[in-house]
Amino acid sequence: MSDARTHVTLRTGAYADSVRLLQVSRTVQGVTGVAAAQVAMATPLNVEVLEGMGFPLPQGASPNDMVVAVRLADDADEGALDRALAAVDEALTARAASGPTEEEPHRTTATALRDAPGSLVLVSVPGASAVAEAMDALDAGHDVMVFSDNVPVEQEVALKTVAGDRGLLVMGPDCGTAVVGGVGLGFANTTAPGPVGIVAASGTGCQQLLCLLDHAGVGVGAALGVGGRDLSAAVGGASTREALRRLDADPSVELIVVVSKPPAEEVAAALREYAAGLGTPVELALLGAGQPDLTAAAEAVLRRLGRDVPAWPVQGTAGPATGAMLRGLFVGGTLCDESMLIATEALGPVRSNIPLSPELALGDDLDAALTADGPTMVDFGDDALTAGRAHPMIDPTLRLEQLARVADDPRTGVILMDVVLGHGAEPDPAALLAPAIAAAAPPVVVAVVGTDADPQDRARQAAALAEAGAEVHLSNAAATRRALELLEDAR
Amino acid sequence: MSTPTQAPASVVSVGASMFADAVAAQAVPVSSVDWRPPMPGTEDHLATVLADPRRRDANARALSAVLDVQATLVDVAPASELLGLEKGQFLHAGPPIAWERASGPLRGALMGGAALEGLVDDPEDAVALFEAGSSVSLDPCHHHASVGPMAGVVTPSMWMFVLEDPATGRRTHCTLNEGLGKVLRYGAYSPEVLTRLRWMGDVLGPLLQGAVRAVRDSDTGPVDVTGILTQTLQMGDEAHNRNRAGTLMLLRDLAPAMVSSGADAAHVAEALRFVGSNDHFFLNLAMPACKLALDSARDIPGSTMVVAMARNGTDFGIQVSGTGDAWFTGPAQLADGLFLGDFGPDDANPDIGDSAITETAGIGGFAMATAPAIVRFVGGSVPDALATTRRMHEITLGENPRWSVPVLEFQGTPTGIDVTRVCRTGILPQINTGMAGRVAGVGQVGAGLVTPPAEIFPAALAALAQEAAAATAG
Repeated sequence: MSDARTHVTLRTGAYADSVRLLQVSRTVQGVTGVAAAQVAMATPLNVEVLEGMGFPLPQGASPNDMVVAVRLADDADEGALDRALAAVDEALTARAASGPTEEEPHRTTATALRDAPGSLVLVSVPGASAVAEAMDALDAGHDVMVFSDNVPVEQEVALKTVAGDRGLLVMGPDCGTAVVGGVGLGFANTTAPGPVGIVAASGTGCQQLLCLLDHAGVGVGAALGVGGRDLSAAVGGASTREALRRLDADPSVELIVVVSKPPAEEVAAALREYAAGLGTPVELALLGAGQPDLTAAAEAVLRRLGRDVPAWPVQGTAGPATGAMLRGLFVGGTLCDESMLIATEALGPVRSNIPLSPELALGDDLDAALTADGPTMVDFGDDALTAGRAHPMIDPTLRLEQLARVADDPRTGVILMDVVLGHGAEPDPAALLAPAIAAAAPPVVVAVVGTDADPQDRARQAAALAEAGAEVHLSNAAATRRALELLEDAR
Repeated sequence: MSTPTQAPASVVSVGASMFADAVAAQAVPVSSVDWRPPMPGTEDHLATVLADPRRRDANARALSAVLDVQATLVDVAPASELLGLEKGQFLHAGPPIAWERASGPLRGALMGGAALEGLVDDPEDAVALFEAGSSVSLDPCHHHASVGPMAGVVTPSMWMFVLEDPATGRRTHCTLNEGLGKVLRYGAYSPEVLTRLRWMGDVLGPLLQGAVRAVRDSDTGPVDVTGILTQTLQMGDEAHNRNRAGTLMLLRDLAPAMVSSGADAAHVAEALRFVGSNDHFFLNLAMPACKLALDSARDIPGSTMVVAMARNGTDFGIQVSGTGDAWFTGPAQLADGLFLGDFGPDDANPDIGDSAITETAGIGGFAMATAPAIVRFVGGSVPDALATTRRMHEITLGENPRWSVPVLEFQGTPTGIDVTRVCRTGILPQINTGMAGRVAGVGQVGAGLVTPPAEIFPAALAALAQEAAAATAG
């Protein structure tokens, strides 16, 4: 059945493995003018295949011989056979271009930890997936910081139960700030090491404390976040206890401060009892009505350490109030809480998107915050205002828009703001904020929470804002009281 | 971080890259996880299953059980004796299936099997037999401590290998491999196929039985199949699509006993030639060795480890340790690969066979790095092979210290597919496979790479979540 279109040759002694030959065959089949092609070692199986394709086999073919069989199409041009045979030779000698083999990155925390034993794990994936990554860390025997928010409370309890059984620490969920051995995680300020250990159920509260102590020349050895819900009844302070245990066992820690919003009563009682049993003294700074503010807590710490309480720095001087209303625009939830607690004493109830009590809720309606007939304070870092956009410490757009509207409102008396510096925050907040402040008619009082060693350099940021006309404080409590004083003076 | 005032040696960051960058800026080494959202709709079930307090220890138990098993070759005998199979009983590969939904190659193998057992004279006549169904029954190999490659059809007269774990006495079984091309397991049932099967029953089976028993009862003890796998993985076999070294090592162990058995020298020579020329002969030992190991991890409450992956040509099914005998099934996929002769994608049947038990145990496609030739089935390269094995470590619970891959610095093979990690990463197990013809009777048409249908993993996860919730409530 051999004809002019069928070409079969035997290459005695040539060898390639069957997989390679399948590939060669496929390549040759793709040559223009080729109807069928098979390049194979003449094994019994392949001989059968070749015969099935209608190729006549030369006599004496053994399994150690390579058969090259090509049938040209009816309309094949003259050069088709040469092209096909050239393709066979090329395919037989081709080598894949191989460069250095780059390893793909790991896809889960569990597998990443196989290559990085001893690591601290930092989780900032969306809340619905945070428990998976955090559990990987605990399964491998590692402490974990969970920056992610929107983690269901039952998942937080599950994580902390597992951690408790294994003597591990879960910082979070919704833990914005931690400092471990001088390394800032999440949003954290650069401070010197020192005798104080912090346990914080509040990110910006922790940052305020870090920065006040830094200004007073007192370093912080570690600041362990535990997540805003840790001292709730549901969670029961599991991470706070573990963090206290760690700091108590660390001989370089002389004094421990616990920063939190008001805890559940029974949890607070258990916490006090636990703290009393530790060898290291514990200062509780639990925000709430009638409780000391963050600056007072910092001062208490300094006194317990036998240090002088410095004058908290102020740059610039705000002008007189231009109207009756206090308008607060915050990026830090705890700083907003603290300001509301202080302002309520002077002005009565403050309406907010994170209200001190439910009847004061503004929701996420920024118009209401502008037009309300009374003091308002907005936390731009609240979940409802960060959905679909970055945190205001990273993306200031939304707050700058509201600042412009508040500044144009003739009823606005004083504008109170915070600026939080440190790792993770925007690289130069004053760059956009200073011109906005310069353009504002009402006086602007700003608490700039940061240190001179922060990437943004607090001294430079404060100078730029003061230059623009703001009055800049380090203490958020002092800034709030100054705003109230300006309103009082105008009355 | 037992001492919180000491800086961490390193940080693993998963999520926003700005936090990883901030840590790196403080001169602490950071490794960033390439996190991506999990398979759609799995977040809640993942949270439930991962929070199951039994899970970690259950998976550790499951993994160590698998790694502790040693598979030894203790006997060869007909399925009727070993499994009590009777005329009319047929075992097949994959999850349960009835004749009505059976694919071409499975039907072809059943028809050939019926003729082999004398139920019909002409295999074509068996169609009516299976359609009536009254005198025949189908059951998965996996339900009878067995595995079968491709169609995986086992009938009472077929001879099977018996593998035993000496520590527990547990056993698994697999038929003798017929070779490549027109063979029953690829759905071919022509006279030559049946003739070969009869010779295997009349000559090869008894010869192997004598040899296996002689070796078993000798001073050396039975052939250590797990041990052979250790060696062949270092000789270019991945033990699914490439079993060349394994086959020859088996011959090395059995040939002396075959030669000295006193059997007809012509028969011995014929048997040695048959085994030696069939590069896949050892596959039928690798498979039951893998099943023996994985069966030890079955039924551990809370474990998320896959204990079987199997296909019947229509469905791809998995079984998971923590969900007992339940099969989670989806449509078997078409392999991506190379075709024999004139065959093309239209000729191929969807994925079929119990041989994915090798991948379930961490070899086959999972050990691609040790058999780079196999990656060319999809026109890949050696770096692809290395990347595949590394990628499989992302979805497995641990490594097999006995089975290592030289080119990856002797890293152990990725072992114990974790349903939760598959759902989290979306990485599907990579399977090396042969391709059967779509039409009954055709036989092999090619070979290539295939993955399970993705949806069976979220289905298994949902069942694990339900079981975990029930256990917690109870």
